[in-house]
Amino acid sequence: MPPPLQAHRMLLSHRRISPAPRRRFTAVSSLSSAPAKTAVAPGPPPSSILSIRDSLLSGERTAADITSEYLSRLRRTEPSVRSFIHVADAAAERDAEELDRRIASGGKDAVGPLAGVLVGVKDNLCTVDMPSTGGSRILDGFQPAYDATAVRRLRDAGAIVVGKTNLDEFGMGSTTEGSAYQVTKNPWDDSRVPGGSSGGSASAVSARQCVVSLGSDTGGSVRQPASFCGVVGLKPTYGRVSRFGLMAYASSLDVVGCFGSSVFDTATMLSVIAGHDKMDSTSSSHDVPDYRSDLVSLNLLESKPLNNLRIGIVQETLGEGVDTGVISSIKAAASHLEQLGSVVEEVSLPSFSLGLPAYYILASSEASSNLSRYDGIRYGKQVSADELNELYGDSRASGLGHEVKMRILMGTYALSAGYYDAYYKRAQQVRTLVKKSFEEALKRYDVLISPAAPSAAYKIGEKTNDPLAMYAGDIMTVNVNLAGLPALVVPCGFVEGGSAGLPVGLQMIGSPFSEGNLLRVGHIFEQTLQDVSFVPPMLADL
Amino acid sequence: MALTLLRGIRTQALFRANAGLFCTTRLSPLARFTTRVESVQTTNPKTAPKSIQQAAKEAAEQKMQGFEAVIGIETHVQLSTITKAFCSCPYDYGSQPNSTVCPTCMGHPGTLPVLNAKVVECAVKLALALNCEISMTSKFDRKQYFYPDLPKGYQISQFDIPIADKGYIDLDLPVEFGGGHRRFGVTRVHMEEDAGKLLHSESGNYSQVDLNRAGVPLLEIVSEPDMRTGIEAAEYGAEVQRLVRYLGVGNGNMQEGSLRCDVNVSVRPIGQSEFGTKVEIKNMNSFNEISRAIDYEISRQIHLHKESQADQIVQETRLWDESSQKTFTMRKKEGLADYRYFPEPDLAEVVLTSEYIDEIRNSLPELPEAKRRRYENMGLSMQDVIFLANDDNVAHFFDSTLEHGADAKLAANWIMGDMTAYLKDEKLSIHESKLTPLELSEMIASIKNGTISGKIAKEIADPGAIGAMVDKVLADNPKQLKQYRAGKTKLQGYFAGQVMKASKGKASPVLLNKILGEKLKGN
Repeated sequence: MPPPLQAHRMLLSHRRISPAPRRRFTAVSSLSSAPAKTAVAPGPPPSSILSIRDSLLSGERTAADITSEYLSRLRRTEPSVRSFIHVADAAAERDAEELDRRIASGGKDAVGPLAGVLVGVKDNLCTVDMPSTGGSRILDGFQPAYDATAVRRLRDAGAIVVGKTNLDEFGMGSTTEGSAYQVTKNPWDDSRVPGGSSGGSASAVSARQCVVSLGSDTGGSVRQPASFCGVVGLKPTYGRVSRFGLMAYASSLDVVGCFGSSVFDTATMLSVIAGHDKMDSTSSSHDVPDYRSDLVSLNLLESKPLNNLRIGIVQETLGEGVDTGVISSIKAAASHLEQLGSVVEEVSLPSFSLGLPAYYILASSEASSNLSRYDGIRYGKQVSADELNELYGDSRASGLGHEVKMRILMGTYALSAGYYDAYYKRAQQVRTLVKKSFEEALKRYDVLISPAAPSAAYKIGEKTNDPLAMYAGDIMTVNVNLAGLPALVVPCGFVEGGSAGLPVGLQMIGSPFSEGNLLRVGHIFEQTLQDVSFVPPMLADL
Repeated sequence: MALTLLRGIRTQALFRANAGLFCTTRLSPLARFTTRVESVQTTNPKTAPKSIQQAAKEAAEQKMQGFEAVIGIETHVQLSTITKAFCSCPYDYGSQPNSTVCPTCMGHPGTLPVLNAKVVECAVKLALALNCEISMTSKFDRKQYFYPDLPKGYQISQFDIPIADKGYIDLDLPVEFGGGHRRFGVTRVHMEEDAGKLLHSESGNYSQVDLNRAGVPLLEIVSEPDMRTGIEAAEYGAEVQRLVRYLGVGNGNMQEGSLRCDVNVSVRPIGQSEFGTKVEIKNMNSFNEISRAIDYEISRQIHLHKESQADQIVQETRLWDESSQKTFTMRKKEGLADYRYFPEPDLAEVVLTSEYIDEIRNSLPELPEAKRRRYENMGLSMQDVIFLANDDNVAHFFDSTLEHGADAKLAANWIMGDMTAYLKDEKLSIHESKLTPLELSEMIASIKNGTISGKIAKEIADPGAIGAMVDKVLADNPKQLKQYRAGKTKLQGYFAGQVMKASKGKASPVLLNKILGEKLKGN
């Protein structure tokens, strides 16, 4: 038996399973611990997609007007936030004008479900007309021959791609500091990270640089930045959205996800991108409902709209190592859900703490394989050399970043002959346990809730030299990927920090393909959350 | 079952040559025996008569002196599916480099494999033909290594759960190699994808990558180490090729690389149970080369054993060099290569139902071994059996002739004798012959019941051929022709004699006189 990886040992000891019995959750606390002090009027977030649609249909505003509004905000905020690796402003303006022409000649039929909606696309998703780097130098200047399925479906629905958002290289990281190109700042506090790896997509929606955005979630890469940036983030069920065109990090865990400033926008986006794709044989043929249809507006809600809903609050996510401010935000959210009629109980997931080390072994193993194609032979960066192995070595050494190399090495090690059983195979067994423990819990509860991260956004540079601390931050999210479940993050409160507090997200986890229910609950939660607004203070000056 | 983009097997194009009317022109009996097995075809019995072969064989046996060779073969069979294994690209051997490629088979970022269901069907067909046990659930794995012809940095293959295993091949060794029935074990059959090709510049300064072949479906068949001689190994390979062609799953062409055999050879003193150090040999382009490469390698290893230099036999890959008739070291293996196999997460497991397998089993044609046993039971000699059964087209012609009521032995004689000789001269394949199985069976019946003699059946009855001979005789005898035209009509007998002589007596007299008369009068 080989010595375990240090990460393995440390992560295993990070958390102990407490065999505490289930008990009725009774905590009652005030909502946000640090109410937002923004100039924007508090209240439920409006759907930007709906209002864009209304203005296009009524002729009140043109797509060009809307695009110009977003682009001007983007130009003002981007120098400080740096969400985008590539901004396609001219193309967006052209697309908008083209849409206006079609509306003028074709009328309402030309207004697709996402007509005139500006979308940011994480740069690990292929776009045929824009560079797609995955945040890596090894793909500097690479322009794909095709659009990722999710991107194509958005475009077919009338969306306008405004640019490619920043990320940790190939999705490997939790801060977006791992990008080979730039560091993205959190719109709530420019000394802090936006989270990662979809940090650029989260910050772009948070700073209203675009209406919605696409991200990808392998171990929390949509949910954690959504929590850090105060936006809605959805990680769909594995296979719900085609992965075709998503640069693979860990194929069995990767999911294309979406960000919006409201649950309604997020649901609209999912309705467009979800569904089977013949180009991805792991994509599901499960029916795609109109996820908006169960979203009832505030004035039509009953007094106890969540009656009969059983919610389990995951005990293991509210203990040691979790920020007290985060714990109280989540407990406040739980009591809010209770007030809406649901029953909230504590639930224990016995295998919870095992998920993190298993995740890092599986994700690294698959990554070591998936990233082999970046060899400098057919595309991307090539360092010329006299001999083949040197060409491979030099191209990859100079093209790939530190974190990526570390994970490739870990994954290569875990898959090596003689170590496979101790690492990869064992991690797969843990994965089965995690899956089972979720299945058990989701038999008793409709929705499981937890924080999306153990803390709110932390300082830039704080964890760059401590990868294990950064990995530990993924404890709230990785289990969900191992089990392939859908999870929605909605902003629920604040903790101290920055000029106006830092947002905290509530993670809601459901059974496979229960996105509709999660979005319904998230929508009710969001619409009934009072006296808070999740618009970052930087926008108050604009 | 995984989904498919495009499916279908390319049917082999039948190029029907404008063959002339079939007629036999030879009285001489079949001078020699040929089969379509390349191993036999390429040996030239004219220069190496049986007695010499026999002598060589005995000499080879003597050379074995107390040693025994152990041979196993890995065969890669390229499938003739319309599209590649995991994308919708077509594949045509010899097309412009990088003309049948797409982002998926080029390994571009974000692309995913989608399994072509036809590949599974071909695998099940071949596995059933190899008498294998089929796995109801198998999976794909990634075999990882870096090479410029491997776009993804891994090959999609099957590792621990192949689609089929535990099979065997039954075959009959050619009579001139001593004959005998053999059963060789098949360890496993698995599905995988081919790699591209490297084209090295003449200067050696650079190499170019052609990815047309990348992603083309392959079946890898691994044999048990059951073979002991080069000819056994060659016949094993030839039987695999026959099965591939009988089933129509591939073209089995070795020159194009559609069928590739890598051979593992070791020797050990007779009586020793452990295997000797095995050496892998590649680069054989025909079954004959396989046979010779193995025999060379066996004698090389035995020689080293006898010289007490057995330690110089190392695990390595050697290349067969046809020009020098020797094997050379290509690369020595430094320990075991670690391919870091793990389950391919982009593809679902391959789950088969027994209905699916039964449906394929019921659609299988009669396979060579069953044919050979059937022909053997008809009382045909093993030489006849092998000749008739081992070529799909010949067997089909033979069976059709029998269906029309022909006597098996007579039909066999006609097909193996005169027809084969004629077709060989005309460079035609049997399915291109204008003589149909029905006509052959009628002719055989006529001979049998005495309507015509076997000799008459062999007369030249082609007006074109006789006309040409007449023309030549007339042109060669201008003096006599002038005399004939001047009224000396008795000379027709002289001309007829000349034509008959030119035809070596085989021209049909009736036809000859008719044509000659017309030509003498008309021209």
